[in-house]
Amino acid sequence: MSWNPANRVRRISARIAAFYDTAYAAPYRRHQRRAQRRQEDLFRLLVMSEALGIPNPASFYTLELLPFLLEDFHAWHLRMGLEHSPLDGFRCC
Amino acid sequence: MTSWVLALFAFAAFFAGYRFYSKYLAEQVFRLDPDFTTPAHRFNDGIDFVPTNRFVLWGHHFTSVAGAAPIVGPAIAMIWGWGPALAWVLVGTVFIAGIHDFGTLWASARNRGVSMGAIARNVISPRAFNLFLLIIFFLMLMVNAVFAVIIGTLFTNFPASVIPYWMQIPIALTIGWLIYRRGVGVLWPALIGLLLLLGLVGVGAAVPVSLPASIGGLPDIAWWTAIMLAYGAFASRLPVWLLLQPRDFMNAHLLFIGLILIYLGVFVGRPEIVAPIYNTALPPDTPPLLPLLFVTIACGAISGFHGLVSSGTTSKQIGQETDARFIGYLGSTGEGLLAVAAILACAAGFATFDAWSVHYESWAHASSSGIAAFVSGAGNFMAHLGLPVTLGTTFVSMMVVCFAATSLDTSMRLQRFVLAELGRQYRVPVLANINFTTALVFVLCVALAFFADPERPGQGGMILWPLFGTTNQLTAALSLLILTLIFWYTKRPYLLTLIPFLFVATVTTWAMFINVGNYLAQGNLLLTGIGGLLLALNIWLILEGVAAIRRPRQADDVLESG
Repeated sequence: MSWNPANRVRRISARIAAFYDTAYAAPYRRHQRRAQRRQEDLFRLLVMSEALGIPNPASFYTLELLPFLLEDFHAWHLRMGLEHSPLDGFRCC
Repeated sequence: MTSWVLALFAFAAFFAGYRFYSKYLAEQVFRLDPDFTTPAHRFNDGIDFVPTNRFVLWGHHFTSVAGAAPIVGPAIAMIWGWGPALAWVLVGTVFIAGIHDFGTLWASARNRGVSMGAIARNVISPRAFNLFLLIIFFLMLMVNAVFAVIIGTLFTNFPASVIPYWMQIPIALTIGWLIYRRGVGVLWPALIGLLLLLGLVGVGAAVPVSLPASIGGLPDIAWWTAIMLAYGAFASRLPVWLLLQPRDFMNAHLLFIGLILIYLGVFVGRPEIVAPIYNTALPPDTPPLLPLLFVTIACGAISGFHGLVSSGTTSKQIGQETDARFIGYLGSTGEGLLAVAAILACAAGFATFDAWSVHYESWAHASSSGIAAFVSGAGNFMAHLGLPVTLGTTFVSMMVVCFAATSLDTSMRLQRFVLAELGRQYRVPVLANINFTTALVFVLCVALAFFADPERPGQGGMILWPLFGTTNQLTAALSLLILTLIFWYTKRPYLLTLIPFLFVATVTTWAMFINVGNYLAQGNLLLTGIGGLLLALNIWLILEGVAAIRRPRQADDVLESG
């Protein structure tokens, strides 16, 4: 196999970039995860707003997303301080 | 004597410490096991517990523990001469900080990655955990007051650092937004941000910004102190990913660049040391070297804060137990190198003894302008590399301000967590309210910064430095006591931590008595109260530890075997 300087440079720069990504994230993974979860919770609230009794003009479109959000639904309502599911038609616990 | 010989001697001492002493500790004392399942593997959740590359983890650990404190302490302690300061940094780093940092990392990794406070609850008593929280609260309170004053002093003495420091904030915000919101990789935003910041050093040097000498009867330092505390409170409420994380990352680069430039300046310029090895002409207000040297230089020789980092995040990410030596011991060595750099800059960074003496004409002056001596000295070192002195001093002052500001932001967050934890323990629900605790922390910090020295409101934070050092050492003493008890229960050579514990506990208590006596003589009731409380906590904790020796414990109660 012939030695290709361009490939070597690309490999080294990819390794440096990976090192930087890890070094950047390592001390703050928990904070990033928490921020991400907060965003997801807000998004979940928007998608489910109609079902929760909050009028949502975009509910026709967000309805399609509902099945994708049900997996984490139980953990979500517990995080929101609700001991049981707030949806009449959906009992997870 | 030339500075490069001292630098070489310090390198040799640190190398020998790592090569021989840490190897002995790893093999004979901690008995590191490459097959031990670390918490990172056992509880791998992709968030807190993640096996991480040891070089990344070392970088994170080193940059978390090395900040403004290992610079400020040695810069003040230079008043006694460079000999005592250097000796304490070398002996402290090699024989005390090394085993402390390495040991707390190992103990936490062998206790499911929990914090030293939680280990104290198990090894000593549940009461020790609450005492530990209280000490941390006071430690953070003093960090905020002291660091805000340090920044105020630097902004006043080096107005060229104002623009680069404040411009670092929008740069960091942009980097945080690009990485987190736009999903851009870290490498290029971080490098471009760093280059921009270095470019702003030139802008700052060309356009220095100063506040009027007095506004509303308060001097400019007092205003900067208040501004920085308000900024700290505001920044601590922002999401971590937006400001703290990118700025911390840029600071890590600044630390490495600063250290490399300072040591290159030493080896290229080979400046002569103008400070005395032992200062026989001490100003009359200087406190006794024994025991004050050992609390004036806390970070850089032995620091309890390192145990919080070791057992906070590092232990949860360590991939192999044998990495603890590299990360823990070498992390403290890195901070020792920064402290030695500070000593060299303050000892050899001046053309003449008279120029040096200006900074050390009194203890009060050394406390308030020791940091300025470091900045000037380090700037002069960089001049040997062809960098104009103005640019060098601007870069170094910006670097110290950035470290101090990040510590300010972080410690305000930590204080909130400590208050929330205390609120849970003692059923005070209002302490769980984030806005209330932020306001409370801000008010307490301002009160301390402005009333610690009633004669110089807003500038007297440095009067707290010995108290800050004492509290930091007290935390270290507690960690050393926990390690001693673990060694005792598991039949390991406990003298290796018992002797440092006895030394640190003795000098801490002694220094605390002197400090409280001084505050009482000055009629400073605030500091007498805080100092007296910390002294009581100190004695209480030691008694708790002594009582713990009598309680029967099995090795499995204090360590996981694997």
